[in-house]
Amino acid sequence: MLTLENVSVNYGAIEALCDISMRVDQGEVVTLIGANGAGKTTTLKTITGLLEPRRGRVMFEGEEIGGKPTHKLVARGISMSPEGRGVFANLTVRENLQMGAYLNKNKREIADDMERAFHMFPRLKERQAQKAGTLSGGEQQMLAMGRALMSRPRLLLLDEPSLGLAPLVVHTIFEAIDEIRSKGTTILLVEQNAHAALGHSDRAYVLETGRIVMEGPSKQLADDPRIKEAYLGE
Amino acid sequence: MSRYLRTLIIVLIVLGVLYGVDIVFHGRLISPYFARIAMLSGIAITLAVSLNLINGFTGQFSIGHAGFMAVGAYSSAYFSVNYGVRLAESLGGGSLGWMVSLFLATIVGAVCAGFAGLVVGVPSLRLKGDYLAIVTLGFGQIIVVFLNNIEAVGGARGYSGIPIVKSFFWIFLIAILTIVVVYNIVHSAFGRALISIREDELAAEAMGVNTTRYKVMAFVISSAMAGAGGVLLAHFDGYLNPKSFEFIKSFEILIMIILGGLGSIVGSVLGAIVLTILPEALRGFAEYRMVIYSLLLIILMITRPQGLLGGNNALKIWRARRRARSAAAKAQIVDAPAESSSDRNPTENPPGKEHA
Repeated sequence: MLTLENVSVNYGAIEALCDISMRVDQGEVVTLIGANGAGKTTTLKTITGLLEPRRGRVMFEGEEIGGKPTHKLVARGISMSPEGRGVFANLTVRENLQMGAYLNKNKREIADDMERAFHMFPRLKERQAQKAGTLSGGEQQMLAMGRALMSRPRLLLLDEPSLGLAPLVVHTIFEAIDEIRSKGTTILLVEQNAHAALGHSDRAYVLETGRIVMEGPSKQLADDPRIKEAYLGE
Repeated sequence: MSRYLRTLIIVLIVLGVLYGVDIVFHGRLISPYFARIAMLSGIAITLAVSLNLINGFTGQFSIGHAGFMAVGAYSSAYFSVNYGVRLAESLGGGSLGWMVSLFLATIVGAVCAGFAGLVVGVPSLRLKGDYLAIVTLGFGQIIVVFLNNIEAVGGARGYSGIPIVKSFFWIFLIAILTIVVVYNIVHSAFGRALISIREDELAAEAMGVNTTRYKVMAFVISSAMAGAGGVLLAHFDGYLNPKSFEFIKSFEILIMIILGGLGSIVGSVLGAIVLTILPEALRGFAEYRMVIYSLLLIILMITRPQGLLGGNNALKIWRARRRARSAAAKAQIVDAPAESSSDRNPTENPPGKEHA
């Protein structure tokens, strides 16, 4: 579905990504783990067209999307829940969700999708008339994910959904990820919380200073002694 | 059908009231001094509300509104002097003739200013951040230098001999039109996209909003409206001077919307009226006038940094409560309304505050 072929990205003279190749297949949850500065967000930014690859190609469903403007990706079926959540603080929860369905002109579908989002995150329903800025961090993350689903994406990109959240809330978020996947949406999950990410994904890539140093089924990686030592703190 | 009928009736009533006030002003039943202040407030409302669309709702910081106003003022003045007068006379020279002439002048002014907005907006709005502020500041200065050196419009001497159409009716028609247009934009899907750009440009982009295009559209509309405000000013005293469009004028408009509250239409209207009346009301203090004026602004910004009607005003809280209550009733939830008012919300800074 999504493939990165030998992608290199530079910030000026500094090489942030070096010869990255990865793929996400239909129906999978693939996670990209790594420490701060490893290039996780840079990879996502390259997929979403905010950065242009210096070398290599980014392909989505057989078409090259590298360097295409971000707003065009939504129509192709890619949706992103940005790092730091990026909810529209002065809009209400309901208006935020409506923004997620921005390209959909069918009011019935929007209403259905909103019902689904409320079903997945009942807290959002309780707070639908509240401004998003007044929500707690966990609720904002739920909103960001619900909003990203409003465009009916085939591929969902999640950037650090557990960042700065309490363990209990992290649990809820990962349950939601399982639920989204069970409904057939493919997910690329970028996470620092390697333990949870490996527990809720099929395959994983490990990034270190701009290179992929390890890849494989998540279960296998979770048992790998090197991963255990470096990322799971065991 | 009944909705159209209602709209039509409202429009007719508004036109009637405006026309009535116009007659009162023309009949000198009110002192010309007050009439003048009322009309200047109307022009200020047009400028403030239009600037609020770009600064308050879209979150892009423009500080060259007077430049677009100047483009509208001078282009329409040129039109009126060279074609408008003849046109009005050929239509009998009565008030109808002047109406038509001024209408065309307004369109000329708005289109020219809108075009200037496009030229300034396209390169600077492609970038994120505060580049627009720098570019618009420069644009405002360039326009003044230009006007000072164009002989056809009087250069530094100023442009005189513009037909005077001091019409309360026309001024407030434009002001109301500006308010209606901005209100409708803000409450449409287009407006929601603009607000989402203000809130988080990257996230808006991720929702599929072509942010550059939307920012440029809002900027062009805002500039065109500023141009219309300039048209009114040009035909108000029949004289234009490049000096009156220097950046102090842009800041005056900026103060109006910050004072009134960024992102609030009612606030902009209030700010425009207050800041037009205030210097006049303080005339009694003679040389201390500007000192008191500045002090009042400082006190206001300290006590209400979000502006008079910015952030959470009573009306908004009331409406949010009501909406929450009806939503709660639908969802059968008991505890929603108490939490819906968001006064204590620490994250809710007034939009654009970071620029101040």
